[in-house]
Amino acid sequence: MSVIIHQNLSTSISSSTSTFLGHNNLKSIKCSNVSIPGRISGVIKCVATPSAEKTAYKTKVSRNENMGKLQAGYLFPEIARRRAAHMLKYPDAQVISLGIGDTTEPIPEVITSAMAKRSYALSTVEGYTGYGAEQGEKQLRAAIAKTYYENLGIEEDDIFVSDGAKSDISRLQVLFGSKVTMAVQDPSYPAYVDSSVILGQTGQFQKDVEKYGNIEYMKCTPENGFFPDLSAIRRTDIIFFCSPNNPTGYAASREQLTRLVEFAKENGSIIVFDSAYALYISDDNPRSIFEIPGAKEVSMEVSSFSKYAGFTGVRLGWTAIPKELLYSDGFPVAKDFNRIVCTCFNGASNIAQAGGLACVSPEGIKAMHEVVGFYKENTDIIVETFNSLGFKVYGGKNAPYVWIYFPGQSSWDVFSEILEKTHVVTTPGSGFGPGGEGFIRVSAFGHRENVLEACRRFKQLYK
Amino acid sequence: MHKFPTFSLTPCKTMLQTIPSTMKAQDKDRVSCYFTKVGRNANLERLQYNYLFPEISERELRHIKKYPNAKVISLGIGDTTEPIPEIIASSMANYARSLSTPQGYKGYGAEQGNKDLRKAVAETFYKDMGIKDSEVFISDGSQCDISRLQMLFGSNVSIAVQDPSFPAYIDTGVITGQTGDYEKGSGRYQNIAYMECGPENNFFPDLPKTDRTDIIFFCSPNNPTGHASSREQLEQLVEFAQQNGSIIVYDSAYAVYITDGPRSIYEIPGARKVAIEVSSFSKIAGFTGVRLGWTVVPKELVYSNGFPVINDFNRIVCTCFNGASNIAQAGGLACLSSDGFKAVLSNVNYYKENAEILMNTFTSLGLRVYGGVNAPYVWVHFPGSNSWDVFNEILEKTHIITVPGSGFGPGGREFIRVTAFSHRENILEASERLRSFLS
Repeated sequence: MSVIIHQNLSTSISSSTSTFLGHNNLKSIKCSNVSIPGRISGVIKCVATPSAEKTAYKTKVSRNENMGKLQAGYLFPEIARRRAAHMLKYPDAQVISLGIGDTTEPIPEVITSAMAKRSYALSTVEGYTGYGAEQGEKQLRAAIAKTYYENLGIEEDDIFVSDGAKSDISRLQVLFGSKVTMAVQDPSYPAYVDSSVILGQTGQFQKDVEKYGNIEYMKCTPENGFFPDLSAIRRTDIIFFCSPNNPTGYAASREQLTRLVEFAKENGSIIVFDSAYALYISDDNPRSIFEIPGAKEVSMEVSSFSKYAGFTGVRLGWTAIPKELLYSDGFPVAKDFNRIVCTCFNGASNIAQAGGLACVSPEGIKAMHEVVGFYKENTDIIVETFNSLGFKVYGGKNAPYVWIYFPGQSSWDVFSEILEKTHVVTTPGSGFGPGGEGFIRVSAFGHRENVLEACRRFKQLYK
Repeated sequence: MHKFPTFSLTPCKTMLQTIPSTMKAQDKDRVSCYFTKVGRNANLERLQYNYLFPEISERELRHIKKYPNAKVISLGIGDTTEPIPEIIASSMANYARSLSTPQGYKGYGAEQGNKDLRKAVAETFYKDMGIKDSEVFISDGSQCDISRLQMLFGSNVSIAVQDPSFPAYIDTGVITGQTGDYEKGSGRYQNIAYMECGPENNFFPDLPKTDRTDIIFFCSPNNPTGHASSREQLEQLVEFAQQNGSIIVYDSAYAVYITDGPRSIYEIPGARKVAIEVSSFSKIAGFTGVRLGWTVVPKELVYSNGFPVINDFNRIVCTCFNGASNIAQAGGLACLSSDGFKAVLSNVNYYKENAEILMNTFTSLGLRVYGGVNAPYVWVHFPGSNSWDVFNEILEKTHIITVPGSGFGPGGREFIRVTAFSHRENILEASERLRSFLS
């Protein structure tokens, strides 16, 4: 609110003002309606100052209405925010984070020394390299193809190295454009839905069902064994499928993936298969969609070094697109993705790629296996804990996530209660879609002592 | 205009040709010509040619195959050549090694970037311009940032670009669905405002003649012309944006090459309300392969409904990206240390000296040369020519790769861009060859 002093004008004090400034520098007022102590010679006219919004400059550019459709912040920054708020509230509590799936164990030395070596090389005349191929360094592409897709017919030039699955998912959405329809598992990793909204593929959010219009949500629950009832699913152009699944931890069987591929084939759909957790599979479930005959004509695969080598901060992943994957007019999808990669991207960091090459060396593979094994042991501990407490526990066998059922409860309420009473951060299932309501995701990425301590606290809370 | 090679649209024919005749029809492994029912993204169909720089690469490779004994000198793609200063490389090496230790290991970083690095960028490049670290978003480079900005803006905005300009603005505009079809006659996409920048107008657009658009992509120092806009010109640009309620996306990737003149758009009063600035460590520190850059979105920049652009950009960054590589960011921090910055500027000066040599070479040959003083690019005019023909001739006769101006837009059709990014001996050798050939 501001005070405007007009000399020799008679006016009344606006009744809409709620506050009145002090007497500093005020002389007596001559005012018809109000007598005000003080010595103001002019007249004070109190006006409500226009709020900053009304006077501040605005461009004439309309906000992208797709951004306006998004309901809240992305899930994981929200979890981080709550964690931070909790730590402020309880500065002495030892907060344990089993929320965001962030790796905690150091990267094996064989891999970091390769990255250190490449860093030094960049300061030498013979070792310096500038722009790399946007699709990734040849050696690394070849090594990924050989390590993960040997005998599956995926070759070096089908591999596109990236700065991680999250970026790849978005670039794939840019590739597909706004006119495609998509299906996701429910619950699922939020980036599929959120990027779809941003790209304009969806309608508005429907609060009553907690779903965005025009997305086909494929429910995955204990009742259907965490594999969608394909007979009840509408045809969509794109099907996002993550296995082993984040957040449920379920790894689809060969038979199930065969049905999925058939479904895609019948419908002429494209599967985007997210295999970021494939190395966590304990049994003989397929690790790659390309193990399924016919998959190359209907799917592409996205993967990442994040959860294998602790590269969550280093940033390295890949997408494999078979030559056989074609649009309805026969145009190869890989060719358009290549154009996207050349135009909207400039390659993953060469240092990270040097690390990637070390990851898929014999020594690196062994080392990654050990890291994965460590987190799998964590998962066993968490599964055992919740089993012993009588909960219905899912996942955990083939993934670093444990999916725990809290029937009849709001998952955000359970999240808050667990946080408040045990100082352990988890992730509420509804953050992954309406199908996640009633569940809590506990991540197995943590130092062993933290995982053990967290489990002790869970036992205390739920005994 | 020269036609680029297009891809074969009949891959199936090729596949069918390789099916052995002994395969039976009911054989499960038969290679069939299966098409999905997913329509190709029409925006990608709209793109006319390959992205410019892979096209140049391809031609270089073909030329090398054709002349295996020729010493081909690449003054085409603006790729840095000098090693990264040791102080920076060793900090990245140390950081990488620390990731193997319990105390040094880091997982996911903040998507917006490491706090210290954001602060260092704000302090180094935007001192006294009121840009806070919270307005700086660290990225894996400008090409990615431009794309993410286009995702942010969406398909319903109109864009203006300089003509000629860095091809990513137009190409991402097409991909995002902001443009109409390509017109062969004019060499332009419909619905983009092309702001001609040539010798006639001192490489600054005639703003009064320019249509209003929502977004204005503006690169200064300019790639490819090398022109660095004066303070007065940038004031005009900011005023133009203000009058029209437009948003400037200001690309300052080459700002450190400026000898004299404003480096950041935020040196201009009022710019915080109308401009986003995109920049990069690529040409500052030789980080073309390491991948590190940043985008500044001031809090005052708001949409027509008052919603802050920064809020939406933050959402994009959190959803479509997961932060630049932490090792690259450690390198960035070292670049901005006092010793690190001195070291990288020494490389910048090296390239500027290269540019001077090239400018002198072309000038001595009687050619009109532009740029080169405030940018690592030299823009040479061959009046009345077709730049692809000149490119081919230079390549054929001197084994030097350049970039034909029309790759940057129809306004570049009579020009050739020569980059100053090279080893000194190559610049000198190239100058010799050009002198022999063009005199």
